[in-house]
Amino acid sequence: MSEIRIHNLSKSFGKISAVRDVSLEIHSAELFGLIGPDGAGKSTLIRLMTTLLLPDTGEIKMGNLDVVDDYKQLRHMIGYMPGKFSLYHDLSVEENLTFFATVFGSSIEENYDLVKDIYRQIEPFKKRRAGNLSGGMKQKLALSCALIHKPTFLILDEPTTGVDAVSRVEFWDMLDNLKAQGITIFVSTPYMDEAMRCERVALMQDGSIMAVDNPGDIPQRFPGKLYAIGADEMYQLKMYLQDSELVESVSLFGQSLHVVPKNGVSVQQMKSECRHKGFKNLTCKSIKPVIEDVFIELMSKQKKEQDAGR
Amino acid sequence: MKRFLALLKKEYLHIFRDMRTLMILFGMPIVQILIFGYVIKNEVKDVDIAVLDYAHDEYSIELRSKIQASGYLNIVDELQSSEQIHDAFKRAKVSEVIVFPNDLANDLQKDNQPAIQLILDATDPNYAQLIGQYTEAILLDYAVEMSAITPQQESIKLENRMVFNEELESSFMFVPGTMAFILMLLSALMSSITIAREKETGSMEVLLVSSLKPLQVVLGKVMPYVILAFVNAVSVILVGNIVFGVPIEGSVILLMLVSVLFVITSLALGIMISTIADKQFTAMMMSMLILMLPTMLLSGFIFPIENMPEVLQWLSCIIPARWYLEIIKSIMLKGAGIAFIWQQVLILTGMFIVTIAISVKNYKLRLE
Repeated sequence: MSEIRIHNLSKSFGKISAVRDVSLEIHSAELFGLIGPDGAGKSTLIRLMTTLLLPDTGEIKMGNLDVVDDYKQLRHMIGYMPGKFSLYHDLSVEENLTFFATVFGSSIEENYDLVKDIYRQIEPFKKRRAGNLSGGMKQKLALSCALIHKPTFLILDEPTTGVDAVSRVEFWDMLDNLKAQGITIFVSTPYMDEAMRCERVALMQDGSIMAVDNPGDIPQRFPGKLYAIGADEMYQLKMYLQDSELVESVSLFGQSLHVVPKNGVSVQQMKSECRHKGFKNLTCKSIKPVIEDVFIELMSKQKKEQDAGR
Repeated sequence: MKRFLALLKKEYLHIFRDMRTLMILFGMPIVQILIFGYVIKNEVKDVDIAVLDYAHDEYSIELRSKIQASGYLNIVDELQSSEQIHDAFKRAKVSEVIVFPNDLANDLQKDNQPAIQLILDATDPNYAQLIGQYTEAILLDYAVEMSAITPQQESIKLENRMVFNEELESSFMFVPGTMAFILMLLSALMSSITIAREKETGSMEVLLVSSLKPLQVVLGKVMPYVILAFVNAVSVILVGNIVFGVPIEGSVILLMLVSVLFVITSLALGIMISTIADKQFTAMMMSMLILMLPTMLLSGFIFPIENMPEVLQWLSCIIPARWYLEIIKSIMLKGAGIAFIWQQVLILTGMFIVTIAISVKNYKLRLE
């Protein structure tokens, strides 16, 4: 019994509704990702799950425990790593881990197996103060601290923010290992590329969940065709396309623009229009959408609906 | 219990790893009491004055030597004319000028009231008044002596005796005052900051999710400060006693017990602040504004409560330091036992219960 069921959950702070009518099911021993930009409501959803906030409406069941009624029992079973959690900087690595192990009613020795893969990497620095660790090592230590009492649910709020690319990959490898041990893991992240490491992801925007699927299938949800267009003067090209009647949406992706043409507009038509406007070295090719495209598409669709609603 | 001990140990490490704060915690009380001791002076001693002697007769000379011999005043200048008076003040050389009239001898012998003029530098009005009173006392003393030699009629003679602080040492005032101030500062400020720090860095979220009870978290965080504050209380009393000779007439155990009561009341106030403030800076400003300043200004530490406007007198009743000051002054200076101070002790206890009740009620199991 380690699945998580969220049902019609809403939470608002004054006039701002941070979480709107969210329903989600996370399976036992699943690595579930919550993807969304800053301010989407990810941290609020996580704090509701970790019993730190009370929902306005709706309910969350973690296993068979309710986050409101059974919060005391539940708190023993949750491993939580808050977004801004920075450990105690003036305590050494070892002292931090010992402290969290003890306050959660456990000891390092007891659950050493669970954290050893992670902890081994920072063990050489165990006498060092946590404040002097690198970003990646800090995250590993924080993860060890969240894991040290062998939680049933591991809930991580943007654990890889501010961590270098190599450490991020390592971090996700660790989550894979933990999942293999049967822990249900719920991770929020603003990085789209990390979505691919999850079994399933939910896309969150403005407090609502827009889509839930496994990350490989999400691109298939993309409606219509997608083209990558490049030219010498990218910025002007983007401005031009945005204002033109030819395209549905334009967004900048690294070296090219991802463009969705309007219904009935052909590639040739777009190309010639651009050339006509004097853009040089024009390239244009049809591409497969990635998860980020879907996300941006969903976001702009939602925005349009909201604008229309007003 | 094991969890609680882990929390205590962590807090101990926090405090002792931060050498700078620690030095301030232990150094500040000593420095403060020494500064207060040497700066705040209410007593008159060796005050430089000048005389303008129109009489130049035996009486005026005798009076001058009497003034000089008192030890309170020190004649440093003799003026020749009244024009020089303002000049002497302007150069800030003297704080008082005594003018003896031409017919001083006549007045004294005829038992007319001798018209001796005192001119005082009132840039510091309290001090000027004090010097005036001292001079008056010396002169009256002399007048009485004279009338004893040539008795004419009996007049009422006042004799003052200052009990519990015969020498009017101002250190008797500020040592208890500083104690109240330091204990309040250390307990309330430090405990509110230390809890707000956990909130600010986000570690409070984890502590809440842990199975530690909120009360345990708070107790674990403030307990070390009880001990720190206690050490400070003892050091302040020792410095007061050794350096400034402030006595401890009453029971030391009683003094320590009421100090502990005051410390936990202050801690409760600090906890109450920390239930409202979620940033270290907010906690600090709140402690400063609603605890530090009133403790300094309204407790009777610096300004006597009786001289305050009535509204402020009422306000001073809700300042714990006011009652604590009354208690420790009674114990240290008068040697009072519990029979004389139980009312104040009861008020402090009441304050503690109310603040801790509010804090526990306000203390959040969750983040909102």
